[in-house]
Amino acid sequence: MEKMSRVTTALGGSAISGRTMFCHLDAPANAISVCRDATQVVVAGRNIFKIYGLEEEQFVEKLNLRVGRKPSLNFSCADVMWHQMEENLLATAATNGAVVTWNLGKPSRNKQDQLFTEHKRTVNKVCFHPTEVYMLLSGSQDGYMKCFDLRKKESVSTFSGQSESVRDVQFSMKDYFTFAASFENGNVQLWDIRRPDRYERMFTAHTGPVFCCDWHPDDRGWLATGGRDKMVKVWDMTTNRAKEIYCVQTIASVARVKWRPERKWHLATCSMMVDHNIYVWDVRRPFIPFATFEEHKDVTTGIVWRHQHDPYFLLSGSKDSTLYQHMFKDASRPVDRANPEGLCFGLFGDLAFAAKESLISGDSNRKPYLGGDRRYPIFFFKKPDLTEQFAHVSSALSVFESSLESKRMDWFVKTALLYLLGGKPFAELCDHNAKVAKELNRPQVSTTWTMLRLMFSDPANLSTPGPNNISKLGNLPLMNSFSMKEMGTESRLDRSKGESRQDNIHLEPGNSLINSNNDENEETEGSEGQAEYMFGDAELDDDDLYSMEHEIQAVEEQEYTLPQEAFPLRHEIMDNPSVPEHLQQDKADSPHASGNEAEVMCLTPIESLSLIAISQPLFSPHLPSRFFCPVVREMLSHYAEQGDVQMAVSVLIVLGDRIRKEIDDLTQEHWYMSYIDLLQRFELWNVSNEVIKLSTCSAITCLNQTSTTLHVNCSNCKRPMSNRGWICDRCHQCASVCAVCHHVVKGLFVWCQGCSHGGHLEHVMNWLKSNSHCPAGCGHLCEYT
Amino acid sequence: MRASLIHNIVSNIVSRVLLVSRVYQTANGYIATDFGVRIPRPLGNGPSRFIPEKEILQVSKVDPRTQSIFEDAFAALGRLDNISLVMGFHPQYLESFLRTQHYLLQMDGPLSLHYRHYIGIMAAARHQCSYLVNLHVNDFLQVGGDSKWLNGLDGAPQKLQALGELNKILAHRPWLLTKAHIEHLLKAEEHSWSLAELIHAVVLLTHYHSLASFTFGCGITPEIHSDGGHTFRPPSLSQYCVCDIANGNGHGHLEERRGNHQVSEVSGEVEVLMERMKQLQECRDEEEASQEEMATRFEREKTESMLVATAEDEECVPSRDVSRHFEDPSYGYKDFSRRGEHVPTFRVQDYSWEDHGYSLVNRLYPDVGQLLDEKFQMAYNLTYNTMAMHKDVDTTMLRRAIWNYIHCMFGIRYDDYDYGEINQLLDRSFKVYIKTMVCSPEKTTKRMYESFWRQFQHSEKVHVNLLLMEARMQAELLYALRAITRYMT
Repeated sequence: MEKMSRVTTALGGSAISGRTMFCHLDAPANAISVCRDATQVVVAGRNIFKIYGLEEEQFVEKLNLRVGRKPSLNFSCADVMWHQMEENLLATAATNGAVVTWNLGKPSRNKQDQLFTEHKRTVNKVCFHPTEVYMLLSGSQDGYMKCFDLRKKESVSTFSGQSESVRDVQFSMKDYFTFAASFENGNVQLWDIRRPDRYERMFTAHTGPVFCCDWHPDDRGWLATGGRDKMVKVWDMTTNRAKEIYCVQTIASVARVKWRPERKWHLATCSMMVDHNIYVWDVRRPFIPFATFEEHKDVTTGIVWRHQHDPYFLLSGSKDSTLYQHMFKDASRPVDRANPEGLCFGLFGDLAFAAKESLISGDSNRKPYLGGDRRYPIFFFKKPDLTEQFAHVSSALSVFESSLESKRMDWFVKTALLYLLGGKPFAELCDHNAKVAKELNRPQVSTTWTMLRLMFSDPANLSTPGPNNISKLGNLPLMNSFSMKEMGTESRLDRSKGESRQDNIHLEPGNSLINSNNDENEETEGSEGQAEYMFGDAELDDDDLYSMEHEIQAVEEQEYTLPQEAFPLRHEIMDNPSVPEHLQQDKADSPHASGNEAEVMCLTPIESLSLIAISQPLFSPHLPSRFFCPVVREMLSHYAEQGDVQMAVSVLIVLGDRIRKEIDDLTQEHWYMSYIDLLQRFELWNVSNEVIKLSTCSAITCLNQTSTTLHVNCSNCKRPMSNRGWICDRCHQCASVCAVCHHVVKGLFVWCQGCSHGGHLEHVMNWLKSNSHCPAGCGHLCEYT
Repeated sequence: MRASLIHNIVSNIVSRVLLVSRVYQTANGYIATDFGVRIPRPLGNGPSRFIPEKEILQVSKVDPRTQSIFEDAFAALGRLDNISLVMGFHPQYLESFLRTQHYLLQMDGPLSLHYRHYIGIMAAARHQCSYLVNLHVNDFLQVGGDSKWLNGLDGAPQKLQALGELNKILAHRPWLLTKAHIEHLLKAEEHSWSLAELIHAVVLLTHYHSLASFTFGCGITPEIHSDGGHTFRPPSLSQYCVCDIANGNGHGHLEERRGNHQVSEVSGEVEVLMERMKQLQECRDEEEASQEEMATRFEREKTESMLVATAEDEECVPSRDVSRHFEDPSYGYKDFSRRGEHVPTFRVQDYSWEDHGYSLVNRLYPDVGQLLDEKFQMAYNLTYNTMAMHKDVDTTMLRRAIWNYIHCMFGIRYDDYDYGEINQLLDRSFKVYIKTMVCSPEKTTKRMYESFWRQFQHSEKVHVNLLLMEARMQAELLYALRAITRYMT
């Protein structure tokens, strides 16, 4: 309230009025300053030093201080300041190191009053004490700050910045004795004017030079600094350590910073290079300028608020030789043009989306995200003037979590562990993997496995067992595959009779299977089992397979990669038929699928199948497994590109030779490497090893053959044994002696990792059968696994 | 364990590089005859023609810091060039220099690697610096540059050809650079430059212009593997002698005699200089020159610097080999006031490196501004507080005089400097050296190097060379950056 009353008195009878206006100067300006009553402004530069009157509609040149025929360098001003108490008093800092004061009350044309030439280098800044009439402070490139008493001929005290150039000095508005100085090395120092020997406090504010600083006009402890590092920082100096409380990132180095009068959070900045605009920031919202003045065509060199209690007028001088008065109401507001919507992906695939509430509220069924309702605080309680506020947008933030991704990579680990890649017949592998995928809630992958089984099971039967069957069963192979198809179709038809898809592209049975997939699995398998049984005696070979699983069917045949194996094994197969029989009994209702006729009969009970029955045999003989390869190849690439290289590699391994030739080696190798890398990152060493082992890629399989060398040191002299593993070249001792028989071990040497004693594999094995302690007698409880 | 092993290996290599000439000398005799293998023999002794090899050797052996910098440089480049060896006198600076150069040539930047080396070649060729040209021709080919480009600027892409003009002006008369030149390069068409590329190119050009100055100023000898760095001829007696005497390696008594002679002649030179510095410091406040006086002093110094004859003015024709990398070989440093063309003085207070140049460079080519800033500061502030045999001397004034004198030659004026000081502190032979080195470095001779500051140590002369190099680079950069700034506004 006190402040408010002061405002009214200050503005008093003559309230400031005006409009946005400018005038041309003769030369670029370096600095400007206004007199206390806000009616005049002084512009100083290398070649200009003038006073302009501020009138309602225009600037009027009042006085040219640059007099004399040969203007000296003393007129070449880097900075200017008008005294805020004494309206006839001005001070300038000259580029040649002179500090000059001017008295407008002088009757002569030359108003120069005092000349101090104590600085050796350019003076960057002069500053009058806010309340003391005769006290002037200067800061120079030579690293000194000097305090002058204008009644004396020379400086009264000198403050040393340790040869770091001083860029700005500012008396505190509130503390009588304190001033702040900013330096080229990024430091800011606080000094007590009475103690020239040492600064009170120093802190590093910026990286690179601090070009400017400004005390908050009302808040005692706040200091704003601007630097070459494109930042404006606000420091709270009331605490023990200067604390950075706000930071505004601009787009260019900050040349000047000025707090806006009567607005606690606002400050104006301009830049030294590249950027010509003047920005007014609300420090609490540092990402977007509150207001922008874009009139200047070259860099702005000086800004000053016209009256120290009026926030609506800003004056600026520029290198483009113009002097502007900006009205705050004419400023452009970047926030009006800003896009208040935001969209971002999170690390785990979550999607955050922020938009104006009005936009989002329309969608009623959306669940508001926790914390998404954060509104910006409402500013300026005192003055509800709309133009003085940030258009406050309250946004709603929605976060969309992707459920699959949120589980992260669990599915990957589980899949890697559970998948079976070999050791079982193809169909079984597929089924198993499909099941795994399904359990992990990955229906597409699961379906893919099922499809693969279907695609490759039959044609494989067709092609590999072909010769055998022919020898024995004549026409059977063809019929056989046909029957399989029928089974599939059959089950499909049960489900969707209305669908009359009769164009029988070979994929179709598979497709439909997928749709109704899991319920039908057993049934399908059952029927396939029958089919298999049909030629089981013809060529089932692998007793292992049979003994393990009864439901393995036709698929087994595919495990024959080498047809010739089939012959020698056939005898063994002969004792197996019981199994299929068993199966068949289970599925009593499925018709006698044991011969050519069976096929036909199988078809007949079901109506409207005749078409299929006719068409399918036409196709199936022409569909060797290779027919699918392009599709499968595409599918694999698709998975790999989706990032699921696991699927690609697993399928590659399971399909083995069926697909291997279709995909070029480099791609395969790439997939393998990626998958192995992933596995190893998840520390799935076993799986990774299995993959390496099963891979058909030479570059991959050889991975396991690298670093198989074991380096041993001699047990006596501890030197590495290079030549032979049992005798040391250096000490000529036999290093590896069996702890049981005390002979040298030349072949397999096994040793305990705990006590490092060991010996012949057999000896140690035998020893540990009856003993639990180390054979060497060291007392260690060795363990043989 | 391993690290220290590498350390040892590298330091071995480093010392071996340094000793290579010796090895060759001893080995050459019989290996050549025994096996019939032709072994190249270095033409010069040591990295510099001006500085005795043993002095350079000593420095790098004694100072562990230099040693480690050499090792890093060797590890990064696979070689240790003579420039680095000579700069080894000033390890602090060398570190900053190598970091900057590495960043400019190897790290992320707007220009592709072979462009960078080619620009280096263009810049060095402008001063007929075959040393740098050879060095970068190798690098250029190594990074996959097209050898056709090396046949001359005509063989290079149009984009690089367009840079020729900028190269020429920057090297010899940077004050003539205007907004129009920049516009010409940046105008949107097929072979145009982007701003970031241009900044990179400008930094490279100025870097190599000034490095060429250093190379000549310190008499850097060609690397053994490059042209002119070796010979297959067996050492003839006469050659050997001349060579060694010239390098101070040979007969000790001869050198000593000459040394004694010189000392007696110039004794007190250093003391006089120091006395003057002291006087200047003291009487500064008493006798205050008028402003007009100050202004005229600058003009006088500027004009005078033009008149300092660049000593032997014989027309040295650039060797064909190097000259093909640039056009218009007759275009050289022209003194600006002599021809009547009026060039406005460049006021550093209006456009300085710290305030303006830095921001512009860092904006368009991040981090380089910082690196250059550090390098400039390092060069400007480097001091050991010694002068010849005197210790604890504040040399700030002298360094500032040298720096400002060079800027003065380029028309750059510091408002807060009294150019009268230059006349007091820099004697004529020194000015001749500076002028030659900065403006037409290819004309620098050993005599010039020896005739200034005769009592000072070689490390101090190298220090001076560093100052000259950096001041020149900054001056060129200021003009180029100002033109770019004007283009941008």
